[in-house]
Amino acid sequence: MIPFEYLRAEDAASAVAAVASRPTAAFLGAGTNLVDHMKLGVASPELLVDVSRLPFDEVEPLPGGGVRIGAAVRNSDLAADPILRSRYPAVSRALLAGASAQLRNLATTGGNLLQRTRCVYFQDVTTPCNKREPGSGCSAIDGYTRYHAILGASSACVATHPSDLAVALTALDATVVVLGVHGERQIPLADFYRLPGDDPHRDTVLEHGELIIAVDLPDLPFAARSTYRKVRDRASYAFALVSVAAALDVADGSVRDARVAFGGVAHKPWRATRAEEVLRGAPISDESFLQAAEAELAGARPLAGNEFKVPMARNTLVAVLRELAQEEAR
Amino acid sequence: MDVRIQLHVDGEWRALTVDTRTTLLDALRDRLGVMSAKKGCDHGQCGACTVLLDGRRATTCLALAVAYDGAEITTAQGLTNGGMPHPVSQAFLDHDGFQCGYCTPGQVCSAVGMLDEVKAGQPSYVTRDLARSVELNDEEIRERMSGNLCRCGAYVNIVAAIREVAR
Repeated sequence: MIPFEYLRAEDAASAVAAVASRPTAAFLGAGTNLVDHMKLGVASPELLVDVSRLPFDEVEPLPGGGVRIGAAVRNSDLAADPILRSRYPAVSRALLAGASAQLRNLATTGGNLLQRTRCVYFQDVTTPCNKREPGSGCSAIDGYTRYHAILGASSACVATHPSDLAVALTALDATVVVLGVHGERQIPLADFYRLPGDDPHRDTVLEHGELIIAVDLPDLPFAARSTYRKVRDRASYAFALVSVAAALDVADGSVRDARVAFGGVAHKPWRATRAEEVLRGAPISDESFLQAAEAELAGARPLAGNEFKVPMARNTLVAVLRELAQEEAR
Repeated sequence: MDVRIQLHVDGEWRALTVDTRTTLLDALRDRLGVMSAKKGCDHGQCGACTVLLDGRRATTCLALAVAYDGAEITTAQGLTNGGMPHPVSQAFLDHDGFQCGYCTPGQVCSAVGMLDEVKAGQPSYVTRDLARSVELNDEEIRERMSGNLCRCGAYVNIVAAIREVAR
């Protein structure tokens, strides 16, 4: 690890100014991903600006019925929050599916959204990786692809996004509130993450020095009937092979509305708008759910070694929708 | 870059100067001689370095010491009960909840933190109904302790030890 300076931020504006003015500076939340990258040589910031103690540690109601989640709220506190548990259970479950309890006690909301891929080649500085070192090539495409993308990938990068929280937030139309040197802006989570294209170096649309200060969840009453299911190589404490976040609005034996996103399948949380279109107005049946899954996965392009993810994603979505349809309305 | 910090470790204030690169784990072990927190993977994947940090269980290998100036840290060594082993430590002894013992201080700290989380009503991924209170069955114990690996495979006895304390 190279030597670096440490600065505990006094307020958000000075933190943003400090990072924006220096290309080699980075924000520090709990550091559960960044410090690991610094040990591995994947990241080498010369200045860390600690924003974990800024006063963005509340979950509060928004006018209009939504909820604002402060960027510094710890993953464990957010998962246990009574509002999230009753009105947005998919978000609680997604958080609880991620990492371990002792990491969730540290990790922040903003940091969770900005964690980087666990692609083994990205994390191994001895191998080519376009995300870590643009233009060096992709070791994964012809390598070990079990954890890699089946949707939206490019010839430059097939990495997947690792966050569980981001999948649930994407399904439920969350918005990221960002502070930069020119003030605040709001970015729908659906537009926040990028597909790799020719430039997999960048995970998000954030500019250097922009700081996440909050995440807003809109008022979505049927999100009370939502959940998150994660399929992995061991029962707990592992990254997703495939995950599904979904919310279902049902009435009179049919689906009135739905929100669906996949995790573990793409460079970003994959909002399944095609599946949602099929679900709207469809009768509640395994056949409808299967059609929805197949509509979304028709565009899947698996690699040699991760073909299993296509049926896994399909079956997981069907299982989740079946579970939600059977759940008693709250 | 050297920084002067203070840590309250196992009931005692300790002052030290650390390079900003020093993790909390290395500060405890190499600088303060507190060997109870163990270094396993050093990448947040095994839980051997778990302590109670300001009252909550936390891994210390990815935490920068400089970011925790003034923090209160309790390691397994500091978890005593009037000179006797802490009830969780005693239960690990009674149930053979270890073989080589390397992961044990982290397991014990994690179990103590976990029981507090259950008392506070925090759900887990396997909690069926997020709106109801938690019943700490074996499935819940396994899920909640999944951040602590034991390569000797003493898991069955670890679950038994925790089950007994939870009763």
